[in-house]
Amino acid sequence: MSFLNNVITGISLGSIYAIIALGYTMVYGIAKMLNFAHGDVIMVGAYVCFFATGSFGLHPVAGVLLAMVVCTILGTVIEGLAYKPLRQAPSLAVLITAIGVSWFLQNSAQLLWGAAPKVFTPVVSGGLSIFGGQLNISYVTILTVVSCLVIMVLLSAFIGKGKMGKAMRACSEDKGAAQLMGINVNSTISMTFAIGSALAAIAGVLMCSAYPTLMPTTGSLPGIKAFTAAVFGGIGSVPGAFVGGLLLGIIEIFAKAYISTDLSDAIVFLALIIVLLVKPSGLLGKYVPEKV
Amino acid sequence: MTAMKQARRLRKATVNSFINYAIVIAAFIILQILLGQDMISNSIQSMLVPVCCYIVMAVSLNLTVGILGELSLGHAGFMSLGAFSGIIVSTALKDVVAAEPLRLLIAMLVGAVMGGIGGVIVGLPVLRLRGDYLAIVTLAFGEIIKNVIMVLYVGIDSDGLHMATKEANLVLAEDGVAIIKGPMGAVGVTKIASFTAGFILILVTLFVVQNLVDSRAGRAILSLRDNRIAAESCGINVTKYKLMAFVVSAVLAGAAGALYGLNYSSTVASKFDFNTSILVLVYVVLGGLGSIRGSIIAAAILTLLPEMSFMRSSSLKDYRMLLYAVILILVMLASNNPTLRRAFGAVGKKFKSSKKQEGGAAQ
Amino acid sequence: MKKFIAMLMAAAMMMAMVACGNTASNNGNSSNNGGSADEGGSTDGTVVIRIGGIGPLTGDNAVYGVATQLGAQVAVDEINALGGPIQFEYNFQDDTGVAETAVSAYNTLKDWEADIIYGCTTTGPSVTISAETYADRYFQLTPSASSTDVTAGKDNVFQMCFTDPNQGVTAADYISANSLGSKIGVIYNNGDAYSTGIAEAFIAHAEEIGLEVVATETYPSDKNTDYNVQLNACKDAGADLVFLPIYYSPASLILAQASAMGYAPTFFGADGMDGILTMDGFDASLAEGLMLMTPFNADATDDATVNFVESYKELSDGVIPNQFAADGYDCIYAIYAALQNIEGLADMDHEALCEALIAAFTAEDFSVDGLTGSGMSWSTSGEISKDPVVVVIQDGAYVTM
Repeated sequence: MSFLNNVITGISLGSIYAIIALGYTMVYGIAKMLNFAHGDVIMVGAYVCFFATGSFGLHPVAGVLLAMVVCTILGTVIEGLAYKPLRQAPSLAVLITAIGVSWFLQNSAQLLWGAAPKVFTPVVSGGLSIFGGQLNISYVTILTVVSCLVIMVLLSAFIGKGKMGKAMRACSEDKGAAQLMGINVNSTISMTFAIGSALAAIAGVLMCSAYPTLMPTTGSLPGIKAFTAAVFGGIGSVPGAFVGGLLLGIIEIFAKAYISTDLSDAIVFLALIIVLLVKPSGLLGKYVPEKV
Repeated sequence: MTAMKQARRLRKATVNSFINYAIVIAAFIILQILLGQDMISNSIQSMLVPVCCYIVMAVSLNLTVGILGELSLGHAGFMSLGAFSGIIVSTALKDVVAAEPLRLLIAMLVGAVMGGIGGVIVGLPVLRLRGDYLAIVTLAFGEIIKNVIMVLYVGIDSDGLHMATKEANLVLAEDGVAIIKGPMGAVGVTKIASFTAGFILILVTLFVVQNLVDSRAGRAILSLRDNRIAAESCGINVTKYKLMAFVVSAVLAGAAGALYGLNYSSTVASKFDFNTSILVLVYVVLGGLGSIRGSIIAAAILTLLPEMSFMRSSSLKDYRMLLYAVILILVMLASNNPTLRRAFGAVGKKFKSSKKQEGGAAQ
Repeated sequence: MKKFIAMLMAAAMMMAMVACGNTASNNGNSSNNGGSADEGGSTDGTVVIRIGGIGPLTGDNAVYGVATQLGAQVAVDEINALGGPIQFEYNFQDDTGVAETAVSAYNTLKDWEADIIYGCTTTGPSVTISAETYADRYFQLTPSASSTDVTAGKDNVFQMCFTDPNQGVTAADYISANSLGSKIGVIYNNGDAYSTGIAEAFIAHAEEIGLEVVATETYPSDKNTDYNVQLNACKDAGADLVFLPIYYSPASLILAQASAMGYAPTFFGADGMDGILTMDGFDASLAEGLMLMTPFNADATDDATVNFVESYKELSDGVIPNQFAADGYDCIYAIYAALQNIEGLADMDHEALCEALIAAFTAEDFSVDGLTGSGMSWSTSGEISKDPVVVVIQDGAYVTM
């Protein structure tokens, strides 16, 4: 029974990684940039929802929607001010700017909302109790897994079909050629960021519902873990992010439960290295043969 | 004709290297004079050694990221290895080697060796990976090192070194001292690092990196960055040269780590985390990928910037880190702005061509 | 045109940021009005003492640094308002919780010609800084760095908080004396010196006095979010009391997760647990029955506490102070009390002041009554002696046991 309990704990942790990783991987897959500020957009989303439901007494659903709107605007503004001027620059330059944005958001959040941790009110509470209370699955976990699946299907459909999706895939394959085909590469990438930021808002609310402490630095560690999860599953692959997130969560919990809580981080990352050595492009990543 | 061209190109590289040495030496001399005149504030004085360490870190990371062209997010891991091994060696040799500079040298050499061993262990399997996958594995390595040192207890007594993973298990004789105490890190370290040592380390780093880049091996490494497949088809041993660059980079980071660790009376493993790796990467990218001089200048300026007295003044100190972030973004935008670039490029070209004309006239 | 708008927006954003921040953080330097009045140089007999504070104002530990900064600020403002012969100037610098930055902050304060060092807030930087102040001969009083390494071998460093081993031993003794639990689980942060220090002392002492520790579980950093494994291990081992020598923010997650899995042992915390009830949005029913050792109770009705809480809330936009802030407040009053026992203050440089303050703090008859204890006195090793208070949370408030 404790094994099953650990599996459930792993899934609930992993589903949080997964939902963050979805946003990460989508931006990476299309804009080919590691958006290290993603975790901090999540933090902003959670704060917005916290204030909307807590201070203004909005319904949680309205809070989530508001967070999505704010994050989308924020994402678009960040993209327009900080990333768009760097379209022609090497990808590492954008990476560094993203780090700058991440520090900016963390420090702004602290100035605006203070450093004291806040306790987030979960959007759903309670949980399922089965086998006479021996197994507990919280509704947040179920909601997160379901959201992950829904987002995954919607994203796949959106990217796979439709004009915008096609444009996105074209940009991801070859920006120059896409431009020649009459695709507005700039606005397509901006669109990607807007969607990624909206996903970040959902991830923020769900993350803080599951683990309800909210601080200006709340987003940074999950951001790195989600990045790891995205790479684990094959970065750029939407189902890969989901699988990678879940697996990372389960490995982390198993490492703690069965090996050592002291070294759990080391074990998780060791597992990651081994997986990548066996499958160098992640679990579900496409192997792209190089052309000369 | 081609021989002449080659000679000129070589000369250009050599001149470039010598300018770097000159900048570093000049900066050192000026700082020494200012220090002698007591014209530098305490806060800047206290940053001199860390600045040297970060310069070495940035130049060595530039070898991996700028010259080899592989993204590494775990450079602080090698620094950590160097720092803690350097501290252990320095503490262990306290009674054996009395002269501090010599002890520092030994500690830095051991730190360098440990960094190098780490580099080989990480490099061998990992360099088969590419791009972001390599980046994530180096990140993972940095986190593993941090995690392991955090649960490590190391002590020394008359029987030699002892290690344990719990404080209770670290049993020392009466004359023993605990050197590393898990999350407390290394405590009670005798500070033996000096600015002069940092200066010499920078010169050594420049010597190693510049000569490597200008050598046959360096050209092979550059060719891997520019086109791996073409290089491979020309018979260049990819793994060998990648590993060479990676390990040299790790060795230098280890030495810098030892210097850093011995500059403070206590050091914790969590200092060498992902954020420190990222910070060094920021120096490299901001200074310009592949530009050694850029790395030196960017590391020095960005390390000092948040500690400058105006940043710590009462009106700005609450916005210190925020301003730092904003400046970072603005500099990245400005340095990659095509219009500004063209403007600077035009000035540079004009400057160059006028010099060339002068040179031509003289001949 | 687009670029122009972008620039305009950037400028507007910056302006907005600055404007928003100003209201919240104008309080950093309110006592700097006597900027040019040099120590001892004034004619009317007042002595201006410069207190330089160090602590994390940004980053993960900012909440603790801000608390110690503002707690001391309250005391400084009060003392200066008295208009007595001793006036304080106060400058608090950010160390981001990192030793390297702390050294730079410390040297900034030296450049500012500080007389006394107040800090650091967290243990790691404190250990580094105490070595520096020992070499430079500055008197140092830390509100909250509780490791024995901070004071070991340095006669100039004093602590306002209990030491880690002291807390661990006290907790074990208290649990045993009141037979609060027969099987004990411990969950602590093994990436943190404070938490590890208490936990190890607790476990060692528990063994000596015959308490049975059935589970020892760790987690690597306070950013950790999932504690189900650790709680399950305690539950499976049958622990009926779980000792949590950790800060309140991870503790709030542990309490919530324990409640969700239906595990309800007695939870027992150390002084880092104080503050859990004041977290914005915290469900106090989760903490029902939680015991903790805290020297400070923000709900206390004595005048000193009420006044302090009020002034602190004014400075901090309504945040309720925790024991970090109270320790900071007491630090300044302890320094003030000691200064009053020193003669010839006006002619002293920081080295002479350091020796005089060491003598004053370790004097036989020196004791201070503050928010965190009455009759507080210090040993030559720098450790404080005050009575630990164990409280239990009932109906969302501390009840002294």
